[in-house]
Amino acid sequence: MSPTRKRPQRPERGVLLEVQDLKTHFQTPRGIVRAVDGVSLTLERGRTLGVVGESGSGKTILSRSIMGLLPKANVIRKGSVRFEGEELIGLSTKQMREFWGAEMAMVFQDPMTSLNPVMKIGRQITEGLKLHLGMRDKDAAATAERLLSDVGIPEPRRRLDEYPHQLSGGMRQRVTIAIALACGPTLLFADEPTTALDVTVQAQILDLLADQQRDRDMSMILVTHDLGVVAGRTDEIAVMYAGKLVEKAPTPVLFSNMKMPYTEALLKSIPKLENPSHTRLEIIGGRPPELVNPPKGCRFAPRCPYATDQCRQEEPPLVEADIPGHVYACWYPVGSEHWQQMQDSERTASVAAGG
Amino acid sequence: MAGSGTAHLRTDDSALLRVEDLVVQFPVGNTGLLLNAVSGISLDVVEGETLGLVGESGCGKSTTGRAIMQLPRPTGGSIRFDGNELTQLEGDKLRQVRTRIQMIFQDPISSLNPRRKVHDIVMEPLNIWEVGSKADREAKVRQVLEDVGIDPDAAADRRPHQFSGGQCQRISIARALVLDPKLIICDEPVSALDVSVQAQVLNLLEDLKKQYGLTLVFIAHDLAVVKNVSDRVCVMYLGKVCEVAPSDDLYAAPAHPYTDLLLKSIPVPDPRVKPDPEQRIQGELPSPLFPPSGCRFRTRCPFAQEVCAQEEPKLRDVGGGHYVACHFPLVSSATASGNGDGTTG
Repeated sequence: MSPTRKRPQRPERGVLLEVQDLKTHFQTPRGIVRAVDGVSLTLERGRTLGVVGESGSGKTILSRSIMGLLPKANVIRKGSVRFEGEELIGLSTKQMREFWGAEMAMVFQDPMTSLNPVMKIGRQITEGLKLHLGMRDKDAAATAERLLSDVGIPEPRRRLDEYPHQLSGGMRQRVTIAIALACGPTLLFADEPTTALDVTVQAQILDLLADQQRDRDMSMILVTHDLGVVAGRTDEIAVMYAGKLVEKAPTPVLFSNMKMPYTEALLKSIPKLENPSHTRLEIIGGRPPELVNPPKGCRFAPRCPYATDQCRQEEPPLVEADIPGHVYACWYPVGSEHWQQMQDSERTASVAAGG
Repeated sequence: MAGSGTAHLRTDDSALLRVEDLVVQFPVGNTGLLLNAVSGISLDVVEGETLGLVGESGCGKSTTGRAIMQLPRPTGGSIRFDGNELTQLEGDKLRQVRTRIQMIFQDPISSLNPRRKVHDIVMEPLNIWEVGSKADREAKVRQVLEDVGIDPDAAADRRPHQFSGGQCQRISIARALVLDPKLIICDEPVSALDVSVQAQVLNLLEDLKKQYGLTLVFIAHDLAVVKNVSDRVCVMYLGKVCEVAPSDDLYAAPAHPYTDLLLKSIPVPDPRVKPDPEQRIQGELPSPLFPPSGCRFRTRCPFAQEVCAQEEPKLRDVGGGHYVACHFPLVSSATASGNGDGTTG
């Protein structure tokens, strides 16, 4: 098969992906699950966006919805996803196939289940090469070998003839990255690519993704629950909560000047190495809301220490902060007067209660 | 010879749990090969202490935890708990002692029987041991559920699937507490949980430790989590102990090259700290079927020399209760270059 869709010329700068008010709802017996509920974002060429949130925040569904990797039945997908200027919403699976692999590719969390256990690694890589780039067997095999060596797999030729179970978890994840990179995508989604891996392997895989992104001039969307993973490796971070984008900012700004109490709480709940042992962790009480019946007003209000009646009644819009590119959705952002008062009264209360 | 040595064990009899030269091997099918999961490690825990066991997958940390429980019986070595040699005990005597050691597992949902009600799950140990009267048991179940932050009235008649992962882990903790154990072995208790829920469960464990006077063995691969809960940390690699030290010392000045690289792999939630691909452990974990001679880390160690292949390093004191099994520990350089990287800002 040869490629049917012509690849547009790739400009070096400019917007690659533009998502407008994307909604992805699932019809279930319990009601409509609003997994992604009106998310807008843009991604420039060559940049890395981190998407952060707890389980059930909709971060995985967001990336799958952008790519169009959703089940057909009982799904409502609305809004607009423009990729290199082309609208993807409404395209058929057949039309989307021109994009998958060739333009956008995904690395999944669990390398064991995302690889086909009964297909040799070589064939899993060459499949896309033959389909999208029209390569012959021999060229495809040579390219696959080069890809494996690019992703740091020793003895790539021998590995082509092996099955996934013959590799360790880290090596398997390298294979899925090789597959994702095979056809030279412009946009790479990495959905919790290191969550199933050890910390040492995690560091290696994240280094590899960063190297490949630079070498190939790709854009990347890195989805994770771990703020540590995105801190040193992204240009921008989007924080999701209960299907909504609640804050988005350039990475250094997000860490130094976060506005959303949820972002603050998320960062504070991580155990930090610089703290002495037995440091009490600051917790977010409760858990994320059910997406069938999300709370009225701000969805974080039931768990937010600073929430007022207004928060529980009116949904805060996404507003611009002082720094360009920084948006947040909160009535009483971190640093505001009300926030300051609540902080002070909390401190007095804890002192009164004897610490 | 086992590469671990016992220099780090307390000489007095203060230890509640004392594991000496523990060996666990598993036969591999009919091949006659042996998988060396744990190869002669020693550790001890005094009452009221939390010992953290860290290492990558395959380092033998979970196997160690299970071997302490005699699940399965270790291949060799000694495990003394509260005056009993567990490896020698059998039948009822072993069961009796085991009521005082409990375990909490990684996956909270699959470690609870999905078909039973929460009340019955927590009650079962009491019924088996016929503790007190029926009313006493009911009261005890109510109390532990309350202590772990589960409302006994709302939860008692529900089943595990009706709870979130964090709540299931609380129920597992209640089940472990109900017999008033002395020692709890926590095997990756928070690694399946979200960061926000992880913080809740870690705080809960700290509270319960005080309230119930517990001693904990805390097994995890996340070094930041281990640091947060542990008094002492024991770093394992491929069935061996690399380093044992008080938690804060270990993190401030790691003496084993493996610990050092392990710490440098942790993603720091601060964008000013840039990841450094130079500071990575190269290559893959060697097969536990054919572990390297000498120091097991030598195949991936940036400082390995000939002696490392020939002679297995023994744990030795580098001061302040800090023990390391390495021929070329980072002792002086670690303190001197402590500000070199990673500690920006």
